[in-house]
Amino acid sequence: MSAKPMVRNRTAALLFAGYAVLVVFSFIYLFPFVVQVTTSFKTNSDAVAHPLSPIADPFTLDAFRRLFDTDFSLWFLNSVVVTLLVTAGRVLLDSLAGYALARIRFRGRGAVFTAILAVMAVPGVILLIPKFLVLNYLGIYDTYPALVLPLLVDAAGVFIMKQFFETIPESVEEAARIDGASTFRIFWSVVLPMSRPAVITITILSFQGSWNELPHYIVASQSPELFTLTKGVATLTSGQLGSGQQYPITMAAALLMTIPVALVFFVFQKYLVRGGTAGAVKG
Amino acid sequence: MSRTSSIRAGQARAGWLFVSPTLVVLGLFLAVPVLMALWVSFTDWNGRGSPFASGVGFVGADNYRELVGEQGGLTRADFMTSLRNNFYYVLLVVPLQTALALFLALVLNQKMLKAVGFFRTAFYFPSVVSSVAISLVFLFLFTGGGVVNTMLGWVGLDGPTWFNDSRGLLHLLGDGLGLWSISDPPSGLVDGGVLGLTWWQWLSGPSVALSVIIFLVVWTTTGTFMLMFLAALQDLPVEVEEAAMIDGAGRWGVFRNVTLPHLRPTMLLVTTLGLIGTWQVFDQVYVMTQGGPGKTTLTPAFLSYFYAFENQKWGVAAAMAFVLFLIIFAMASFQRWLFRDKDQPSARRARDFFARQQGSHSGTEAV
Repeated sequence: MSAKPMVRNRTAALLFAGYAVLVVFSFIYLFPFVVQVTTSFKTNSDAVAHPLSPIADPFTLDAFRRLFDTDFSLWFLNSVVVTLLVTAGRVLLDSLAGYALARIRFRGRGAVFTAILAVMAVPGVILLIPKFLVLNYLGIYDTYPALVLPLLVDAAGVFIMKQFFETIPESVEEAARIDGASTFRIFWSVVLPMSRPAVITITILSFQGSWNELPHYIVASQSPELFTLTKGVATLTSGQLGSGQQYPITMAAALLMTIPVALVFFVFQKYLVRGGTAGAVKG
Repeated sequence: MSRTSSIRAGQARAGWLFVSPTLVVLGLFLAVPVLMALWVSFTDWNGRGSPFASGVGFVGADNYRELVGEQGGLTRADFMTSLRNNFYYVLLVVPLQTALALFLALVLNQKMLKAVGFFRTAFYFPSVVSSVAISLVFLFLFTGGGVVNTMLGWVGLDGPTWFNDSRGLLHLLGDGLGLWSISDPPSGLVDGGVLGLTWWQWLSGPSVALSVIIFLVVWTTTGTFMLMFLAALQDLPVEVEEAAMIDGAGRWGVFRNVTLPHLRPTMLLVTTLGLIGTWQVFDQVYVMTQGGPGKTTLTPAFLSYFYAFENQKWGVAAAMAFVLFLIIFAMASFQRWLFRDKDQPSARRARDFFARQQGSHSGTEAV
């Protein structure tokens, strides 16, 4: 008789402990973003004097105004252009290659796949100097193509597309082939439309990856006209704003560059969650 | 017969056509550059003109010797300092992110908890945000009179000026325990040394400033790894756990003998990705500290960048990148060896991870 309430008590205690853990950790994980948002509406002296206060007093848009006195809009525009080009390129080229590796029988396919796996294993950060060398050698260092071209394909994306195409039943293509459709036609009009989930995953990963990329943009260009958001905003900490730290401005910059990714994240979360493991190779 | 072979020829052409853009981009911007950098690492190229021009001197293994050999001087000291820093960084980040990710996944996997989706989103969100944005936020959180120090003040602690504090945690710990004094380190440790650093320097532990970066990275990476553990946990049939429970295994017994072995392949995946990622830390150092204070946040990746682009010592910088590559390769191999026994299955399952993820997609959507 007395065992039952004990079990119930234990369950209640575990339940309570479980929620306590979750609440404490979600505070730790979300609080920095709360500080980021509130601080961007503060004056600098308010931010320094009351860093924890959730209310901006006085409430001001001054940080945003001053942020747009810098080249922020140019950086934003550059990031949008580069991200769109890279994303379009990756979706197209990754799925072309993924399809060939999954479905088209040709001599050398195994070798190509092995090569792509090998490329995936090369740690990105050791490529900084090599990338500069080749961009410089080709004469495109410090140009728009230098920002975009090296990012146009990612091996992990090819891998994801290949895995997906292998799950599509071959009978679907057989029917089209008997009707005399070319390989490209089958790929473009039959297989790709069926691959919406994988295409969305690649789109999200490419968008997020190229929007957040920093090292590549650092080594691919130097002109201020070619700064992307990450590279431009990083300069805000090193004295571009004149003497002293201007925390509301840097927080406003951090906020504005986070918003597009956050929107995509909340809308397409399930695709990101599924594909995110592939983008996780970089810490 | 001829129809079949013409189809085959057409297929071959299409195949190569489909993969050629990928091969060109990867070849031109990955394979070729690596070979060029390998060449540069054996030269004294100064960044001007072509590295293949006749004026560029071939110096053999001199650049590598400068990194590890006696004549290296300041370069060797810098490189060894960066390796020391990164070593302590890896030593803390990998276990912390793995343990925390596993812990959060286990909590989220409890069937009786509600609103799991919200918490999962909260924990994962930092993983998708730009490292630059997060670095800026942490610069503000950890300023001298900032958010973190204010909170520490509530419990009577006097927080350090995080980003200006080059004191090592092991030095501080030893000082606190009365083993040694930071202002007057034991002469036995200061006089001797190896590879350009004294024993005292090797034994510093991560500096206070580096600890902030460690905290930041654990905070941003845990979410992704948590999702991997969560996916694996959801693969484990509830009946298996229940059967073990009925057989008399307690909660702990079930966890040790059923859940943990089941998570082994994911553990391999998470720790491998962790190791590879942590040896490449660059963004946070670039944005937050540029290697300071007192070079205690220098990492090989940042140092290599700095030597090339700021000091124009391209040969040495390229050599650093290749040494770093060897380290990452050796670490990953060692770690695979640690996980070796019992199973091929564990390695295979880790490799199939992406496949399973995508496979679950097609089941619901493609058909």
